[in-house]
Amino acid sequence: MNAVLSKSRRTWMTLLSLVICLIHILPFYVLLTTTFKADDDLSSKWIFPGYLYLDNFTNAWREANLASAFKSNLIVTVCAVFLIVVVGSIAAYPLSRRQTRWNQFIYALFVSALIVPALTILVPLYKFMVDIGGMNRYWGIILLHVTFNLPTTIFLYTGFISTIPRELDEAAMIDGASRFSLFYRILLPLLKPITATVIILSGVAVWNDYTFSVFFLQHVETRTITVALASFFSQFSSNIGWVAAGSLLAALPMVVVYLFLQRYFIEGLASGAVKG
Amino acid sequence: MTDPKEPTIRAGTASVKKAARRGAWLNLMYVPALLLFLVFIFYPFLRGIQISFTNWDGYNQHYKWIGLENYKRIFSDPDMGKIVRNTAIYGIGSAVFQNLIGLLYALFLTQSIRTRGIVRTVIYLPVIISGLIMGYIWYFFFQYDGGAINDLILLFTNEPANLLGSPNANVWIITFVNTYQYLGIAMVLFLAGLQSIPRDYYEAATIDGAGAWTRFFHVTWPLLAPAFTVSMVLNLTGGLKLFEVIVAMTNSGPGYASASMSSFMYLLYFGREDAGYAATVGILMFVMISIVSLLALVWLRRREVQA
Repeated sequence: MNAVLSKSRRTWMTLLSLVICLIHILPFYVLLTTTFKADDDLSSKWIFPGYLYLDNFTNAWREANLASAFKSNLIVTVCAVFLIVVVGSIAAYPLSRRQTRWNQFIYALFVSALIVPALTILVPLYKFMVDIGGMNRYWGIILLHVTFNLPTTIFLYTGFISTIPRELDEAAMIDGASRFSLFYRILLPLLKPITATVIILSGVAVWNDYTFSVFFLQHVETRTITVALASFFSQFSSNIGWVAAGSLLAALPMVVVYLFLQRYFIEGLASGAVKG
Repeated sequence: MTDPKEPTIRAGTASVKKAARRGAWLNLMYVPALLLFLVFIFYPFLRGIQISFTNWDGYNQHYKWIGLENYKRIFSDPDMGKIVRNTAIYGIGSAVFQNLIGLLYALFLTQSIRTRGIVRTVIYLPVIISGLIMGYIWYFFFQYDGGAINDLILLFTNEPANLLGSPNANVWIITFVNTYQYLGIAMVLFLAGLQSIPRDYYEAATIDGAGAWTRFFHVTWPLLAPAFTVSMVLNLTGGLKLFEVIVAMTNSGPGYASASMSSFMYLLYFGREDAGYAATVGILMFVMISIVSLLALVWLRRREVQA
């Protein structure tokens, strides 16, 4: 597809690409001007302030309890992603290698959950979490994140494992490896690329989640960044600079990781989705 | 890998097959996943159906069985028509715009320009940001007092526009924000699809005298069909479920003017303490999304085969 372009056409294309970039970056520019502007500065949001003003950051950090929110986010994301990888990868092994009729049914069951939006069962889920004492507890929300990320994870792992030749298993079996050590010693290292995809997809989903967190983490001590920001916004909606600073702080870690590992983010998504 | 016809490996296959028959205990490996599925998806789903037949308020331990009352309410609810329509706009509108713009960008990015990498990075960036935060960022644009758009409007008139407060306009603004945020996904899927098309096809078509348009409609478009299916279904279900952007930008308001079924359900549960009815709306939403995504999937897959 890489058509050879004439020089003038290429210049126009490059210009056009820069315009597209500018349009897409505009929201972030306005986020920055809003963040760095003092409360009493009523100048247009398009104008960058000519002074350095950081009070919005310190106020947002203190008022929204962002320190504790970051801690909650980190705990929930790390634990959930770890469990998603472990539970998902071991579940996919028998589903792809022992395709009995029963296992095909189980696989269909897992994958059918892909189209069930978590939101539709939030009311009964809420009641259930209250009954088992999982409200405002890290373990409660972690188990939910793991469950609702499993369908994609199992789908990706099962698809990937079936591309690994069975002869590899067989060779190892002849060497006397047990099935279980086979999985850990031989298969697991081969799963690295798809594991990277799973970590990225589920990591982004869990880190950014608001839908679950607003229902199940309402205490100041356990709530995550998005929940903290939302309750902060309803309290201080007139003080838009604080909300902007809070949003910027909340988005920053993911943006930094993305800028360093963007190739894995983008290729992971493409390879993951196209296998569907 | 090894040639499967090799005799020593064949002997191995037989013994492995026997081992596999004995290896039913391997199924233990998916027991944790299955338990989580049954406890946190299957059981709540059944409970949801049960709750939809009650007048539960979400907190009280006592509630009554009221039969089909909640289901009748859905059809007589004066807000429901608008909410279903909004949900359809969020779903179908986002899917159409994301795929259209995503495809244009993907075609543009196959041109050999040096800024390609930057463009891709920038367009994909919003995908990794929380929908709630993206909603706030765009709120700074569209807000009534001192919003970036009104800063521009005030250069020409004295009357700022109440964009988020006007029904219809706000539904399309939210659709626009969702499109902006996730069109990177469609773009990346189409890019991967375009890169998998062998160059010989284009060369052959060019030799046969096909122009750019003919090449697009007879080579590119049919071969992009699988990517189109995935992208369409992902964006459609994403839009139908839309929740976070709405909460951030309008909180479903004014009234329920910009509510989707998800955000309506949230308000019923927390705002109106109407859990029985909220569960019913949830079930209706489940039925709608399942039907729409299955129909879309079946129709798009059949189209792939024909193409």
